[in-house]
Amino acid sequence: MAQIDRDKLLDIYTRTMKVNRTDEKFRELLMGGKVAVMYYCVRGQELVSAAAMAALEKEDYVVCTYRGQGEQTAKGIPMEKWWGECLGKATGTCKGKGGTMHITDPETGIMVTTGVVGSGLPIANGLAMASQNNGDGRVTLVSFGDGAANIGGFHEAMNMAQLYKLPVIFLCQNNRYGEHTAYADHTDSPNIASRAAGYGMPGVTVDGNDVHQIYPAVKEAVDRARRGEGPTLVEAMCYRMMGHFFGADFSYMPPEHIAEMKAEDPLPKLRKVMLEHQFTEEELDKIVADIDAQINAAVEHALAAPLPDTDEIYKDVLEETA
Amino acid sequence: MAQITMTQALNLAIDEAMAEDPGVFCLGEDVSAKQGGGVFKVTSGLTEKYGEHRIRATPISETAIIGAAVGAALAGQRPIAEIMLMNFVGVCMDQIVNHAAKLRFMSGGQTPCPMVIRTTTGVGVGFGGQHSDMLEAWFAHVAGIHVVTPSNPADARGLMRASIDANDPVIFIENILCYGLKAEDPGPGYRVPLGKAAIAREGTDISIITYGRTVLDALAVADDLAKEGISVEVVDLRTIAPYDEATVLASVRKTGRALTLHEAVRPFGTGAELAANIQEKCWDSLKGPVRRIGGTFSAVPFASHLEQAWIPTKPQIVEQIKASLGKL
Repeated sequence: MAQIDRDKLLDIYTRTMKVNRTDEKFRELLMGGKVAVMYYCVRGQELVSAAAMAALEKEDYVVCTYRGQGEQTAKGIPMEKWWGECLGKATGTCKGKGGTMHITDPETGIMVTTGVVGSGLPIANGLAMASQNNGDGRVTLVSFGDGAANIGGFHEAMNMAQLYKLPVIFLCQNNRYGEHTAYADHTDSPNIASRAAGYGMPGVTVDGNDVHQIYPAVKEAVDRARRGEGPTLVEAMCYRMMGHFFGADFSYMPPEHIAEMKAEDPLPKLRKVMLEHQFTEEELDKIVADIDAQINAAVEHALAAPLPDTDEIYKDVLEETA
Repeated sequence: MAQITMTQALNLAIDEAMAEDPGVFCLGEDVSAKQGGGVFKVTSGLTEKYGEHRIRATPISETAIIGAAVGAALAGQRPIAEIMLMNFVGVCMDQIVNHAAKLRFMSGGQTPCPMVIRTTTGVGVGFGGQHSDMLEAWFAHVAGIHVVTPSNPADARGLMRASIDANDPVIFIENILCYGLKAEDPGPGYRVPLGKAAIAREGTDISIITYGRTVLDALAVADDLAKEGISVEVVDLRTIAPYDEATVLASVRKTGRALTLHEAVRPFGTGAELAANIQEKCWDSLKGPVRRIGGTFSAVPFASHLEQAWIPTKPQIVEQIKASLGKL
């Protein structure tokens, strides 16, 4: 088992809790009726996003999906801008014009958040192609779910990435559901990673709830890409502990599945690892308390922020009107 | 200046843009030297100059081609993606419509998408129902894209340079039957601004608003009718969307009559939008209803005589003009 040094563990823990506390806060606001927007919960997938973002450099590119809160906050989008966008405010990353499904923040490398399943993979290739063309040394990571593995763009992109040896990491967060359809009802392949072999690409399936598996797997893929050796498909097994979107019924999840995912919850597991590495309960609690304070301040800021001018509907259509 | 074909004009424009800006590159099926420089040779000779990284022959993967162009554009490059035949845009509409066209807006202006999508089509070469359609109206209906088509080599050169310069996606439609047209080379650096129509021929009795190959038909008809004392003005839109409304409306206000003409099928075509806008804004100048000519509302047929019956013809144009003028 690859060792992760203490500093990196702390980094991963901090990012994980940022993702988790953001998710908790969002659900609290939605439950309380303070906010009424589409939100795709990431409970259960926090560690996958956090570990993946911790394996990247600040300038690396990320393409994610509507369930992208984990990548976005773990990559480091300033919280005020993130919450501003989610609440449709002028202070948001996209001036309130993108919303929860289209968070974009090139400064932190969040280049596209797509609302269309599977559409991010071909775009990630293009970002990576630009890096290959201009030699800027960046890699591009694209995150998607198991459901995206069955759309044509996945196959086209995997083949093209391997053909050109593009510096791209395909991170499949296999959360066992494509929208409301269970994995076994949409796919008969035993896993997604084995598909990589069909393109001549390395593919690996790891436990996304185990920091000692997910971080080294993504890091190795990032290192390969940066060395110019081409793409890797990393499949992180994880659980989507809520419905497809906030408020969606998920009574279709069988009781044994729910029991299994509770037992595999990445947060207590990560906490245990941290304690094993001599972090104290107090230190870890302090990290969470600090994150909560930042989130609360960001939410207050966003709630008080102005709405976008209605003129914005005519702007940013083409350059002339920008 | 030398005479050049439209193929050469496009090649020259791409060549000089690639020479000036290392961020310009081409990708598409069969575009590199190994495959002969593109199915219609537009990228011929460029692999030898710029290498296979900048003239990337791709798998037959339209979604991956356009997705790659979108990503590269977001990273600040200026990709020129080729979709070999326009009907194949059906394979990659999500990347064009949901991504290329919308990323500037949805990001609040942070991620413009400067890319050109070159594509070829045209009725009259016997390619049948899945290789011939003019689908410009599909894209004209989407905010965030320029839709461009040249009718002659000089415009081809100038519009291609302007399209590569543009900081937004451009659908650049090349008509197969126009590749061999010859005209004087406008020379290096020549640009035709996007969104500017040309008065291809001045006239006083009626305005034909058209673009692409049918400009040639309109000009031929104008020549013939001049002999009968009918003065036809031909407006070549050059940029189909967003189009040069000022030039179109000024022409119609001058002549008082308008006929829209395109190869694409007539129902819900660009001619319908033009006609509606003209009737709203030029009502007081109009001497009669705006007339529309377009392709037949069926798939493009294969047999040559069926294809010729399908497509707008010069006699049809003459008939519509004379009907408009009450001279039938």
